[in-house]
Amino acid sequence: MDFPIELLINAIIAGVLLGGFYIAVTVGVSISFGMLDIVNIAHPAFIILGSYIAYIMNSRLGVDPVLVGLLMLPVFYALGAAVYQVYYVSFEKRGQEALRGLAFFFGILFITEVGLILVFGVDYRYAEAPYIGPAIRFAFVDLPYRMLIPCVLSLLLLASLQVFLSRTYVGRAIKAVAQDQQALTLMAANPIAIKRIAFGISIATAALAGAFLVIIQPVEPSVGREYIGRVFAICVLGGLGSLPGTVIGAMLLGVVESITATFYGPSWAPAVSFGFLLLTLAFRPAGILGR
Amino acid sequence: MHSRTFILVTIVVAAAVFFVAQLVANNYLFFAGYTVLQFVVLATAWNILGGYCGYVNFGSAAFFAVGAYSSVFLHKAYPLPIPVLILVAGFVAGVIGLGMGYLTLRLRGSFFAIATLALAVVLQTLVTNWDFVGGSRGAYVIRPNSLDVFGHQIPYIEYLFLQMLILAAVAIATARTIERSRLGYGFATIRDDELAAEAAGVPTLRLKLIATTLSGALMGMAGAPFPYYLGFLQPQSAFALEYAVNSIAMPMIGGTSSWIGPLIGALLLGIVQQVATVTISSAVNVLIVGVLLVAFVIIAPNGIVGFVRNLMRRGRS
Repeated sequence: MDFPIELLINAIIAGVLLGGFYIAVTVGVSISFGMLDIVNIAHPAFIILGSYIAYIMNSRLGVDPVLVGLLMLPVFYALGAAVYQVYYVSFEKRGQEALRGLAFFFGILFITEVGLILVFGVDYRYAEAPYIGPAIRFAFVDLPYRMLIPCVLSLLLLASLQVFLSRTYVGRAIKAVAQDQQALTLMAANPIAIKRIAFGISIATAALAGAFLVIIQPVEPSVGREYIGRVFAICVLGGLGSLPGTVIGAMLLGVVESITATFYGPSWAPAVSFGFLLLTLAFRPAGILGR
Repeated sequence: MHSRTFILVTIVVAAAVFFVAQLVANNYLFFAGYTVLQFVVLATAWNILGGYCGYVNFGSAAFFAVGAYSSVFLHKAYPLPIPVLILVAGFVAGVIGLGMGYLTLRLRGSFFAIATLALAVVLQTLVTNWDFVGGSRGAYVIRPNSLDVFGHQIPYIEYLFLQMLILAAVAIATARTIERSRLGYGFATIRDDELAAEAAGVPTLRLKLIATTLSGALMGMAGAPFPYYLGFLQPQSAFALEYAVNSIAMPMIGGTSSWIGPLIGALLLGIVQQVATVTISSAVNVLIVGVLLVAFVIIAPNGIVGFVRNLMRRGRS
């Protein structure tokens, strides 16, 4: 049997598109875990929440999922800021974020998932939009719009965040908090307020990522769990807190996962991301672009 | 209390529990009691690493499932009596705990937590794709209805209940012995300030490896009789997130600083969940655990034990 080169090329391209979507999923954790050192393992739960909101608005009112994601940005920002406030008062201030903070986010992850199950059941939900069916075709390469649009928009999201972080006053302050919180206090800036903004932004990205997710695949409440591993694998792989690193990590994982699913079957795909994560943690914890 | 006295008291209490359960002689009681005791073991095991050393393990379900699946494997390959299966499962899960610790414990604490999550998914994928132990379809484990002991017919569920009771007693005695030993003080230094401990000459890495191995082994042991309890095992039920959440929530709610916290938490939450499963629904009981976990870490960070201790201190002054 000769090697199916067309299949391989298709798998790689599908992987790149998938990787693009993974950027949107991960960028929030790159900010919260990578920069603020808040191990928000509940991030995927917020993404699924975003997916369900997009699904409801889409099925009841016929609103485009991406538009819903954009409209939800301020709502999720407020939600994130509120969560950070609780986290700060209950854990960071008391210096207990290591054990109890983790348990806190684990609890939130759980409550969100079970809450969604109780309200919507475990049926798969999907959105409808004109671009979900069709695809562009170049020779033997398929580019389905439902993958292409999230990928392009995710790259845009990342680029705008990168510009925001490096060009604006608040963005630079966030980067400063990541480096040395105490120094910031000495410069008469309030690190808590800046961290609240940053965490709000990180949760806001979940609204968009959730909308993309419901475009790409049908969603049910426990889908989020698969993303915990992916998100942290990408984050660690790319180097903590580095947005360009996030792009590299996401693309790499997307391609490897897509090739595994094509040649060995989708049931092996979850092991890839988590295996990647374990190996990275063991041998190169600083990541590819890490210092 | 001296450690030897404590072990004696544990044995007496366990014997009393079994005797009382015999008097009631209701099969449902044994079924429900088995689950509660299983949580006592899991919570105590989790606390050895989480409460004493301060390292959060999200992968309790993975260790539990390793124990359960090592039983399924042996059941198919070479059937052995359950006490032997428990020891084998403890060994296998302990080795995995050691390997896991070796890979990740040199990193910051939060990485360890994330890596344990990853471990759970990797193992679940491996088991799902492993046909010998049933793969995603699951495996049937046929067990006898009753057991012949010196001419007496003992219902099998009572036999399983007794095993889990002994295991719970062993786990609690282990936890308490560690607490009062050099090992326990070493663990506490890691929890309080790992860098300072390292600088003061505490062999932190070795201690942490001991903790992951012990904790993992106990979790695996708790899982070993599980296929015989259910009669059928599939990956989703062995790797259920329920175990991961409960084994964190129970010590957190009871109090992580001593052996009694996980015990109180496991008894309390275990019984509440049994009641909620029967009266409301199993989805709601999981929600209760999540809400209680969040509420307790915010409001009573030292759990029920810490709360009571505070009250007593206030009462005295």
